[in-house]
Amino acid sequence: MTARVGVVTFPGSLDDRDAARAVARAGGEAVPLWHGDRGLRGVDAVILPGGFSYGDYLRCGAIARFAPVMADLVPAARAGLPVLGICNGFQILCEAHLLPGVLTHNAGLRFIDREVRVRIEHNATPWTSGYQPDQEISVVLKSGQGAYLADPPTLDRLESGGQVVARYCAGSPNGAARDIAAVASPGGNVVGIMPHPEHAIDPLTGPGSDGLGFFTSVIRALVAR
Amino acid sequence: MNAPADPGTATGPDTVAVAAASPDRAQPYRELGLTAEEYQRIRGLLGRRPTDPELALYSVMWSEHCSYKSSRRYLRRFADQAPQVKGDSEGGAGGALLAGIGHNAGVVDIGEGYAATFKIESHNHPSYVEPFQGAATGVGGIVRDILAMGARPVAVMDSLRFGPADAPDTARVLPGVVGGISFYGNCLGLPNIGGELAFDPCYAGNPLVNALCVGVMRHEDLRFAVARGAGNKVILFGARTGPDGIGGASVLASASFGGGEAAKRPSVQVGDPFMEKLLVECCLELGAAGLLAGIQDLGAAGVSCATAELAAGGGSGMTVNLDLVPLRDASLGPAEILMSESQERMMAVVEPRHVDRFAAICARWDVPATVIGEVTGTGRLEMTWRGEVVVDIAPETAASQGPVYDRPVVRPASQDALAADGPAALTRPDPGGLLDTLLTLLSWADLADKTWVTGQYDRHVLGDTVLAAPEDAGVIRVDEQTGLGLALATDGNGRYSRLDPYAGAQLALAEAYRNVAATGARPVAVTNCLNFGSPEDPGVMWQFAETVRGLADGCAFLRTPVTGGNVSFYNQTGEVPIHPTPVVGVLGVLPDVRHRLSLGFRRPGASVVLLVRTGSDFGGSAWAWAVHGHLGGRPPAVDLAAERALASVLAAAADEGLLAAAHDLSDGGLAVALAECCVSGAAGCRVSLPGDPFTMLFSESPARVVAEVAPGAEAALAALCARHAVPLADLGSVGGDQLEVAGCFSVARNDLAAARAGVLPALFG
Repeated sequence: MTARVGVVTFPGSLDDRDAARAVARAGGEAVPLWHGDRGLRGVDAVILPGGFSYGDYLRCGAIARFAPVMADLVPAARAGLPVLGICNGFQILCEAHLLPGVLTHNAGLRFIDREVRVRIEHNATPWTSGYQPDQEISVVLKSGQGAYLADPPTLDRLESGGQVVARYCAGSPNGAARDIAAVASPGGNVVGIMPHPEHAIDPLTGPGSDGLGFFTSVIRALVAR
Repeated sequence: MNAPADPGTATGPDTVAVAAASPDRAQPYRELGLTAEEYQRIRGLLGRRPTDPELALYSVMWSEHCSYKSSRRYLRRFADQAPQVKGDSEGGAGGALLAGIGHNAGVVDIGEGYAATFKIESHNHPSYVEPFQGAATGVGGIVRDILAMGARPVAVMDSLRFGPADAPDTARVLPGVVGGISFYGNCLGLPNIGGELAFDPCYAGNPLVNALCVGVMRHEDLRFAVARGAGNKVILFGARTGPDGIGGASVLASASFGGGEAAKRPSVQVGDPFMEKLLVECCLELGAAGLLAGIQDLGAAGVSCATAELAAGGGSGMTVNLDLVPLRDASLGPAEILMSESQERMMAVVEPRHVDRFAAICARWDVPATVIGEVTGTGRLEMTWRGEVVVDIAPETAASQGPVYDRPVVRPASQDALAADGPAALTRPDPGGLLDTLLTLLSWADLADKTWVTGQYDRHVLGDTVLAAPEDAGVIRVDEQTGLGLALATDGNGRYSRLDPYAGAQLALAEAYRNVAATGARPVAVTNCLNFGSPEDPGVMWQFAETVRGLADGCAFLRTPVTGGNVSFYNQTGEVPIHPTPVVGVLGVLPDVRHRLSLGFRRPGASVVLLVRTGSDFGGSAWAWAVHGHLGGRPPAVDLAAERALASVLAAAADEGLLAAAHDLSDGGLAVALAECCVSGAAGCRVSLPGDPFTMLFSESPARVVAEVAPGAEAALAALCARHAVPLADLGSVGGDQLEVAGCFSVARNDLAAARAGVLPALFG
């Protein structure tokens, strides 16, 4: 048996095909989920992909949070469903209060498309279990509002609770607090990451295949369950 | 300027009946950009004076931008020299033309049942008036052209030219343009895979912003802009119509700037890339469901253009109820509705039985869609507003029977003096100064690191980008199973074209062709954006005529047909035109993108070779201009036979795995190319020059590439080159952390990178 991983398409989602391709490369079955439909079609995990859902109107992720599909996703995530939010997906997870903190304009106020090194600091999540502790990987950062911010007590709590999943190795390229690139929910099943692991699954089209581990990790975890 | 006022006037709307009864009413045709002769011609066609909405419609349709009235008689040359359009592919090799000039974009077979469609278009004037929105909507417009052919847009590129890099106004215009492209393209989700960035004083009051889009489809998905079948519904879908961009085509794109730019600001459109993304997905779903009998984008001239072209294309008639056009501003009258260039709109022709399914798909994508009219068999384009007929014309008179001008053409006398003032007298550096010359060129804005620009563009989205800037060409994977892909490059050199527009056009073509070939792709087709001064200047018309002749001859020789493109006139400030600047886009096919060549040196110990000979070509060169501020003499000698042979060698070498890297030689010659190979790659190199070092390093002879040979492939490469009569020179080998030119200089890769890296950030923050 293989794992079925849902990929949600919101109006303005852009990297949904890429996320589905990464799931397939990792040996899973990608199941398209539509923002306007209720129900999760029995999937074992969900990815909220990158893009500009609702054109980033009001605030990144602020409108997507109220999409019908989220009414089923939020309780499922609270009950332990593995959920990965990439870039805009991370913004949606913060807006939906499944993850703490916010994502705001890059320092410098310009969009950044760049290959970056990040260090996997927490591999006790279903999305990072295939990585070694402190393993450094190359992924693609491409965002205009990618700076992760939270108040200091929240940041302290994230650090002490093992919820900082990945940090930028060479300092934050976008002004993210404490160089944070990815965070997890207290239970570890919900992970938000600003750079794109799904764009690092093949040296032909990305910086390498380091990002594939996010998808193989969750599929292995699900199949073993 | 304002559109003719019609709503709310004491006399009521200007209807066909009113027009017939008031033949002598004065009309603001001059303000709308029409000449007295053109106005009389409209009166003659109609047999009465036009209504104000009709006048608005003709004024935009007959504008230079939409009608190509000054260029049309020249552009026929492209169509005459292109091979016949074929119904379908003749096998898997690709390259056959499936749709040529005259459609929204040309379509080329790329093999395996796929076709590619691509086009480049200018948005120069809007980008000067309002850089951010002007450039943003330039991307949006070209994407809809591709979409209208039935293709999924898969990548964009931008060819940008500004005034001097350190000019104060460049600091206003460039960041705005780049920000607009970044905002629109990134939000739309199309990878930006390359283009150009150049600076010259001639563009100070008239930047060039040329946007290219490429799309991919299966052959059976090809669509045309035709309205056929009486009773079929005309549906306007996408954004609502507002007062933005009214008269953009006639006012902005078809006249020179002479002050008062702020007053033209309402002529610039405002873009919404989110709506465009929805439109893309919605249109592709509508096409896949088989619901489109015809489709057209709304770009320049908006509803006027879409209705007239659809009706004329189908040889049918059409009725349109303008009251049904969804408005953002309820006070718009019929003339303004017809002229509005509000973005993110499309028009479809749909059989009545499909209208409900059409509406359902639009609703699923939150795209407003409204039936505004119907196809008829009358041969007339009739429009009503508030129950009265305000437009009643034969659509072809607007769409394809506009005025055609044979403008005076005079070779400027100054051309001879310019040619006589060659670069021979310029002081050349002594051997000890060669490194300084290289570093000067690398820190010149035209040749500096462009990451400040390209780092603001998403080049990864869609997951099929195999190569992007700063590579010679962008490469996109089309089929994940077979590895089929396409390569695209744009090039142009205003200095070369200023010296000799015929040669300059061929040099632009040759460079784009070579850039595509340097990735291992086979060049198959051409698009072009011809940026010129005023066509009313006989000297400019000579430049234009020579450019078209040069490009058409070059394309015929290289067997890469021009599939479409765009002409942008009136690029001048006061009486001073820009350099003639043809920007040529070349599309190539790669049978397997895994065999593509990139430019960086890879493997220490590998041989470095130079393909084809170096002559002494310094007229219009980067060295002459950047070091001496000199522009004169003859541009580099064109050798299209050598280009073709070189491209054959590169395609075969890539396919057979004989090369590990390849890089085209252009501005700054071998010296700059080697520096780029060292900086982009994993190692430096050590080379010896077989000739005069200065000439070898900085001459801009075309038809050359520098390459790294794959391990053990030296003999096979030599045999391949011999078969194609391509001269091959052994330069040295990859290795170390320096660029070392024996007997001349040695410089660290880091120093080369540093010379290029800080230039744009220092200028633009």
